[in-house]
Amino acid sequence: MRNPTSNVIFITGLLTGFFCLHFLLGSNSIKGKRGHFIQTDHHRAAAKNQTPADQSNGTIRILCWIMTMPKYLETRTQHVRATWAKHCDRVLYMSSTSTDFPTVGLNVSEGRENLYWKTIRALQFLQQHHMHDMDWFLKADDDTFVVVENLRHTLSRFDTEKPWYLGRRFSPFIRKGYMSGGAGYVLSKEAVRRFITGFQTGKCTHFSELEDMALGKCMETMEVELGDTRDEKGRQTFHPFPLDHYVIRTPPRRRPWYMIYDFYTPIEGPGCCSDLAISFHYIPPPQMYVLEYLTHHLRAYGYRHRYHPDDKTKSNTTEHVEVQSPT
Amino acid sequence: MLSEGGSFMKGMAMGGIFCLGLSLFGSFSPATEHGPGEHHHHHVKAPSKDELTRLSDGRVLELVNQVRVSCIIMVQPKILVYWATALDTWSKHCDKAVFYTSESSKALEAVDLNEKDDWARLRKALKHAYENAGDLRWFFVAKATTFAIIENLKHLVLAKDPEQPFYLGNAMKSGELEYVAYESGIVLSYEALKRLVNVLEDEEKCPERGHALWAMSEDKQLAVCLKYTGVFAENGEDSHGKGLFNSKSVDSLITDSMRDNPTNVVEGCCSDLAVTFNEMSPNQMQVMMFGVYRLRPYGHDFHDLLVFQPPEGSDND
Repeated sequence: MRNPTSNVIFITGLLTGFFCLHFLLGSNSIKGKRGHFIQTDHHRAAAKNQTPADQSNGTIRILCWIMTMPKYLETRTQHVRATWAKHCDRVLYMSSTSTDFPTVGLNVSEGRENLYWKTIRALQFLQQHHMHDMDWFLKADDDTFVVVENLRHTLSRFDTEKPWYLGRRFSPFIRKGYMSGGAGYVLSKEAVRRFITGFQTGKCTHFSELEDMALGKCMETMEVELGDTRDEKGRQTFHPFPLDHYVIRTPPRRRPWYMIYDFYTPIEGPGCCSDLAISFHYIPPPQMYVLEYLTHHLRAYGYRHRYHPDDKTKSNTTEHVEVQSPT
Repeated sequence: MLSEGGSFMKGMAMGGIFCLGLSLFGSFSPATEHGPGEHHHHHVKAPSKDELTRLSDGRVLELVNQVRVSCIIMVQPKILVYWATALDTWSKHCDKAVFYTSESSKALEAVDLNEKDDWARLRKALKHAYENAGDLRWFFVAKATTFAIIENLKHLVLAKDPEQPFYLGNAMKSGELEYVAYESGIVLSYEALKRLVNVLEDEEKCPERGHALWAMSEDKQLAVCLKYTGVFAENGEDSHGKGLFNSKSVDSLITDSMRDNPTNVVEGCCSDLAVTFNEMSPNQMQVMMFGVYRLRPYGHDFHDLLVFQPPEGSDND
């Protein structure tokens, strides 16, 4: 029956069939021949201050306490907060007064002469509030950049119930040395307990304004051990100055002024610093973001690093196709 | 009514079969992700993770062999420190790196082109590189004042056919001319370089002393010559559309981002797989070697499709 309606219906059917199948086929994603890949972008912790960090090594809980002051909150501290601080399990900004930043008010005036008072008050605060929920306590400045994942990795070989005091070891003034304040230092729970006990019993006193050295003296008095945080190749992880003070090639020379204090013989050039570096100091805000970019973002695609501390990060090699090294 | 229903069903069946037929036909296209048609867009994107996962193992192996890079590094005695730095840093990651100088230096070795004119020198260098290409099919041209991450360059061109003309980098526009900026490095496929070397003989289209009416920088001269051969500048981008070839330093780009994206400075700045940066001091380049090839957070594995081994005899990467 040559019915025009019949033709229209036929064409409608044609189009319906066509588009139905088109959508059906389009929605099936083409299955990869390789399987599973974990996301390309590495895992970043949630941006909020107080939430727990990466689940990768979830058993070590690190509290970062950052020495700052009201006048630096906008110019420096906010950039710390925007970059590395979010990788700490808990971060506290220690200042003379409490604010909505949020900062913890220590009730101590600002100024170099009061630095050790601030430290004493800060550690008292930590001992009162965070001994139960935190394992390690990192002190940093508002111009220190820290790679918290690498700190976590280094701390995994130390027992927090033992008296440990870790950082960039300096030799002067204290017999066994002390840790640089600017490069950041870490105390175990037991070390914090002994520090507080020291002040309660009068064994430790505020005898000097040089905060890092004075704390080192208390650690010595309370028999807290100084740990060696260099990596398996003897390269440093904590740095009291920026990268360019260490990694640039120089001909052999006498120690430059900024390395005079080093307890372990410092190395200049590429052997200075561990791939899994933990900290750098004297880092202004733009450099904070630069370091964040270099550490957590910029990489060389497919590059097989020379240094592999252990086999934990090795993935199934069946998925890789090896390329010859450039000659 | 029944016959109408029948018409409809017939129609549907035919429509469905037609659709199936089309999609089956479509899936028989060759494995190269981007056919010649892609050239007419003026950007070239790095392959996404998805695209790479779809390739067979055999195909990946082919691509691996194809993606080796010959670096053409332009130097002069007046930038000796950059010359030495390029030698000690990023150039070690090229499969082959040849330094071309305007005049010889007692301190370092290079192919001495004995040519002061920038355009004439670039011509000679490219010609020499083509004649000595061996089995290399990708060419990266840069001054020693540029910093490059060759692995990321390889990633960008991984699924591209070097027998097709590719001319990539930071694509810029000057009037009607689209060209790749020299400062951020220039990538040429074998086919593009071949066409260029041929047109260099043509004194009308591609004069040796450049178009004498006005002094055009050598990167623009290059674009003009290539245009005659049907090769057009394309912007190299990552799979998110971010430029990979930077004419500024990391510091400078971050500072810009602090001003433009204060709440998202690093994300708003530069690609994770950036290929080049410019305006970096020799010391900054040494720091970059540590930052790119060594410094990283423990515990992250990217499961990249290829593995690039570190260069032999090197200690700063």
